[in-house]
Amino acid sequence: MASTFTRVLSRKRTVGILSLAGAGSLATGYLINKDKVHASVKSNRRMYPASAEYPDLRKHNNCMASHLTPAIYAALIDKATPSGFTLDQCIQTGVDNPGHPFIKTVGMVAGDEESYQVFAELFNPVIKERHNGYDPQIMRHPTDLDASKIRSGVFDERYVLSSRVRTGRSIRGLALPPACTRAERREVERVVADALSGLKEDLLGRYYSLADMTEKEQQQLIDDHFLFDKPISPLLTCSGMARDWPDARGIWHNNEKTFLVWVNEEDHTRVISMEKGGNMKRVFERFCKGLKEVERLIKEKGWEFMWNERLGYVLTCPSNLGTGLRAGVHINLPQLSKDPRFSKILDNLRLQKRGTGGVDTAAVGSTFDISNLDRLGKSEVELVQTVIDGVNYLVECEKRLEKGQDIKIPPAPGQIK
Amino acid sequence: MPFGNTHNQLKMKYSAAQEYPDLSKHNNHMAKVLTEELYAQLRDKTTPSGFTLDDVIQTGVDNPGHPFIMTVGCVAGDEETYEVFKDLLDPVIEDRHGGYKPSDTHKTDLNPDHLKGGDDLDPDYVLSSRVRTGRSIRGFCLPPHCSRGERRAVEDLAVEGLGSLDGDLKGKYYALKNMTDEEQQQLIDDHFLFDKPVSPLLLASGMARDWPDARGIWHNDNKTFLVWVNEEDHLRVISMQKGGNMKEVFNRFCTGLTKIESLFKEKGHEFMWNEHLGYVLTCPSNLGTGLRAGVHVKLPCLSKHEKFGEILKKLRLQKRGTGGVDTAAVGGVFDISNADRLGFSEVELVQMVVDGVKLLVEMEKRLEKGQSIDELMPAQK
Repeated sequence: MASTFTRVLSRKRTVGILSLAGAGSLATGYLINKDKVHASVKSNRRMYPASAEYPDLRKHNNCMASHLTPAIYAALIDKATPSGFTLDQCIQTGVDNPGHPFIKTVGMVAGDEESYQVFAELFNPVIKERHNGYDPQIMRHPTDLDASKIRSGVFDERYVLSSRVRTGRSIRGLALPPACTRAERREVERVVADALSGLKEDLLGRYYSLADMTEKEQQQLIDDHFLFDKPISPLLTCSGMARDWPDARGIWHNNEKTFLVWVNEEDHTRVISMEKGGNMKRVFERFCKGLKEVERLIKEKGWEFMWNERLGYVLTCPSNLGTGLRAGVHINLPQLSKDPRFSKILDNLRLQKRGTGGVDTAAVGSTFDISNLDRLGKSEVELVQTVIDGVNYLVECEKRLEKGQDIKIPPAPGQIK
Repeated sequence: MPFGNTHNQLKMKYSAAQEYPDLSKHNNHMAKVLTEELYAQLRDKTTPSGFTLDDVIQTGVDNPGHPFIMTVGCVAGDEETYEVFKDLLDPVIEDRHGGYKPSDTHKTDLNPDHLKGGDDLDPDYVLSSRVRTGRSIRGFCLPPHCSRGERRAVEDLAVEGLGSLDGDLKGKYYALKNMTDEEQQQLIDDHFLFDKPVSPLLLASGMARDWPDARGIWHNDNKTFLVWVNEEDHLRVISMQKGGNMKEVFNRFCTGLTKIESLFKEKGHEFMWNEHLGYVLTCPSNLGTGLRAGVHVKLPCLSKHEKFGEILKKLRLQKRGTGGVDTAAVGGVFDISNADRLGFSEVELVQMVVDGVKLLVEMEKRLEKGQSIDELMPAQK
């Protein structure tokens, strides 16, 4: 199914790309046809042998450092993607950020869709480590955005305060945030804002460009907890994704404030569906509906999302490949969070806890952000169902502990087969 | 980020208008000069090592600046940047360096005997004296653009050259990544240690990549001569000591620099220099001499005088806090140094500092006694 799709869409996409105002025709190497991706564009300057350029990773603890041997470095250092992105650029963030003894970061990014192929010798083992054994060379990733398959999914609001699902999407043919030029980034903004303006009914909304926002609009977005700011984390800034800030960055949201799109932050788009309370089913329904609508609207103009059957949806950070999906709740678990078995229970449910400020924050009181651990190798429906089943289990545990009853650690699932 | 030239060629499929940065809210030298027409004219050019216009201006695009402080907003990636992008950099240089024209020549004078006086600044007021400059090694890319291999080669050359210094310049190199905790603490206590830059002005140019690889500090055993390797430039050379004997500081500065230069030449390397721009460094603000000669001086009365700023301007001096650039003064103690870098020789600039600081201390003494300083007002230098 996917390959017929790709062929039909490539033709349309050509029309879309030629419609870009600008001189000349597109280099043919740019059309995405997996069989013809040129991995051998030579990068233009190197006077030293690979051994003199190999980074010092002895104090590093990230996935890139674990897998970048001098041999792999030497094999890939002369290659570049068609848009000119090199290995050194992929790994710069991992070289500059040695990592933390307890938290293993990914340590590399893609500059464009082709990065994952041109530098596959490094990306593949990193993906395998990060995604629990998923092997892009032999496995296929299932995509499923049919929300009608979800069972249950309305939580007890005495415990679950809010529900949220997010993912990202990249526009095929335009480089990703670490590599894009200003014109490409502006083109992403134009394509996405144009598509979003076609949304209707409960998805009807408005785009706020970061550069043109009024003070009043800015304050409102801050109060709604929608505004994103220029990244300060060196993990992100070292990859080059914050260049030219705030040019072509913006936030779109629907009037009801339940569907939100970030444009040109860490990815081309980040798509978020959320509401207060425990109706995860409805949040996911809106998520799927919105995503499909946006996809339909960009296809009308000859564009498509970056997707393939090995890696699913292609995003900047390898940690977000596949579904790019994080479905989570803010949940209050005063008893369970004090139980020494809490972490093990979460592990076995394939869930992860964070503070309510998001990644890298600590929990306040006993309220946690609980979400799926996995991104790749399982479909959207599977992951959301995992979160739903898991959160139901956690609420059950909490209720039992309240009554002085004992709880059980659920069985551990196997690795991806 | 050092993008390859393939990347620059790819941008050509978009029009200049589509790629031209939005500089409407910017206040830096680059933004003042870079019109859309100039951008269109220069966008397809690249230096032999692959540095492009967007590389030059990235820091200025990412850092719009401050309404009161005019930053430069562009950097060089190699020596050729100043030639290939002269249509942008010449006007920036002219604006930044007091009207210095593309046809002007710059005098280099590192003969300390040419300095008059400077050994008698009152140590009750002048707490310390310091002269710094930078040097780049010809043939290697500068910090915004260099590869790891190049940066390591610069470090190797620096360590080799500095290792040959003797007499009161004999010293030791401390690589940032190999430093022991004890060495690190000592360097901090001596106020010698430099850390990974946090200023977005520097980070946006790409000069902090691969930190702390190939970065280090060399200093002599007497702790009066110090070289930073691969921080904002290939080399930053600093001569300093407590008290007001600027002449001795400048003597050591010139002797050390001249020795280092000849040691490099013995190995077949020279510094980037030409008779128009003098010594070539990463930031256009440091061209010419790259020299900042300064003192930490107590001026609690004078600094409160309404004409303090005007006096400094007339003397061609600038004030900073004692933490260095972008810091505020603490307890009436200021860092006073030359405002100029290009168009005056090293001797001329240090002379201005010596003569100027002498006058400032005199004024301070008068104000302490409640006397007027009107008759001491200097003419514009």
